[in-house]
Amino acid sequence: MDRYLLIVSTLCFLAAIVRTILSLRAGTFQRSQFSFLAIGLGFIFQTAFLSIRGQALGRCPLTNLFEVFIFLAWSIALIYMVVGPAYRLSLMGAFTAPLVFLLQAFALIAPIDLRHAAKAPANSWLEFHASISIVAYGAFGLACIAGVMYLVQERQLKTHQLHSIFYHLPPLSDLFAAITRLLWWGFVLYSLGLVSGFFTGGPLPRVQLVAAIGVWLLYAAILQGRHLRRLAPKRVATLCILGFTAALTLLWGISFSAQTHSLP
Amino acid sequence: MTLFCVGLSHHTANVETRERFAGHAESECILRSAGCAEALLLTTCNRVEVYGASEKRVSTNEIARCLVRGIEKDVHEYAPAFYRYEGEKCVQHLFRVASGLDSMVVGESEILGQAKKAYEAARSSCTAGPYLHRLFQRAFRVAKHVRTHTDITRGLVSVGSVAVDLAQRIFGQLSNCKVLVLGAGETSERTARALASRGVKDLRVSNRSSDHARELARLVGAQTVPFEQWPEQSREIDILITSTSSETPLLTSENLAPMLRDRIDRPLFIIDIAVPRDVDPDVNEMEGVYLYDIDSLQSVADQSLRLRRQQIAAAEEIIAEHVADFVASIARGLNSVARAAEHPSVADRSLRASEL
Repeated sequence: MDRYLLIVSTLCFLAAIVRTILSLRAGTFQRSQFSFLAIGLGFIFQTAFLSIRGQALGRCPLTNLFEVFIFLAWSIALIYMVVGPAYRLSLMGAFTAPLVFLLQAFALIAPIDLRHAAKAPANSWLEFHASISIVAYGAFGLACIAGVMYLVQERQLKTHQLHSIFYHLPPLSDLFAAITRLLWWGFVLYSLGLVSGFFTGGPLPRVQLVAAIGVWLLYAAILQGRHLRRLAPKRVATLCILGFTAALTLLWGISFSAQTHSLP
Repeated sequence: MTLFCVGLSHHTANVETRERFAGHAESECILRSAGCAEALLLTTCNRVEVYGASEKRVSTNEIARCLVRGIEKDVHEYAPAFYRYEGEKCVQHLFRVASGLDSMVVGESEILGQAKKAYEAARSSCTAGPYLHRLFQRAFRVAKHVRTHTDITRGLVSVGSVAVDLAQRIFGQLSNCKVLVLGAGETSERTARALASRGVKDLRVSNRSSDHARELARLVGAQTVPFEQWPEQSREIDILITSTSSETPLLTSENLAPMLRDRIDRPLFIIDIAVPRDVDPDVNEMEGVYLYDIDSLQSVADQSLRLRRQQIAAAEEIIAEHVADFVASIARGLNSVARAAEHPSVADRSLRASEL
């Protein structure tokens, strides 16, 4: 039952993508309510899925790689819903939907929804650590999307080749301001997640800890470079994409190794 | 009652012919001389058109005679320049005109304001009745619909407006932008004025001739900067407009690099409208610098025009739907209009209410 909710949610995100592609092909890339509504609907189904899964598990649904991917997709959709209208970046939906769709489609297709044989006892610190870290990943994901938008806009301005989409993207300065805000949100949440990891009680896996600190240092360096005006906006945008790719790889590594270790 | 449109435009007549028929003709004249029940005159620099409603057919020549300037009343030789649309074709034509599809610059929005003005004039002189009222109110709605649902008005098609639009695409709000105008040419003045009208408050002008600089500064509300000090100013400005008569580039990657050192997170938009160019094209390769010369601005304007032309099919579809709906609604409404005509006070009240 819960997987059906997820399939419907994934179809909602697919609808937003199809609409964007059709608009682009017709050369009429419009800022419409459709993307926002489709993503909103997808988000509701995601929430319903996570809620049912959480009740069944009796804890935050972050017990395997499948749930981690869905939680991450949910976080990205959540932050988009909050950030999009607030910073007049509703067009972000056109860029957000493909990322969320890919995450969910991968989670649904790949055989990663493995149930644990024994129900692990709930650990509130561990749940806090995992959930806050993934919401931070959501903010980094949105910063990555804003970075892609920035690079698209910047490229068109540099080459003097302005396509239909150019007239619907936010100004470069607004995009850069949004990237900076999202990076700060993500960084603060990620720091909280990292610190709370030390209170989980269990032994800390060395490789994962080093990798997590590495991601934290990468984002700290981006923000420091931004703060000290050492990094040009284009580089910040590029680093946001690289940073999120690294963070996603780390997340996959953590979940994969946790899953491997917990299997009987 | 038949709706019709008789007129000439840039498609069918040269400017001399348009001038000849754009005299002091008034809707009342057309009403009286030609026997129209309702009439409205739309005159712009590109078209002269009469929209009317009449029981009996009013010939094109009769209307042309009302429009002709001066005492010359022989209009036969100009007959080929006139077009005539009736019924559904007339409705479609007005919807296309109001949406900017029939304009010289496709998608331009000035025509909508001109149509509204013409409608207001006809309404205040009581020459526009219920038919033209419904036709024009619908035309205004169609124009809005087309603009909202297509990219027909997207992009700008003149060099000055493209420059200002690009500045907004880079900086968003222009109120905090600092602009330096280097050289006191006519295009610089127009661009500086356009930027000031979009909220730029910090405008600076620098020119070899300080008299010209002062004159331009006075015209656009800017402060003057001695010509030898402009490189210093470049460190803090956001937009640079250059149009000097220098034979060699004033700005190159080498001399711009030190100026950009302290402003890595702030873009610099350079509009080079000088011929020969004031800025070395390599400057565009520098990080955070967006250089547009006169050719690239023109190229963007052409791209916008092409983009607008691609939207014509989508706009025509919207118009076709509205035409069909309007023709059906006017056919349905004929009886009620006829009833209202028998009770003019009721008709007046309902019209005024709908106009509000």
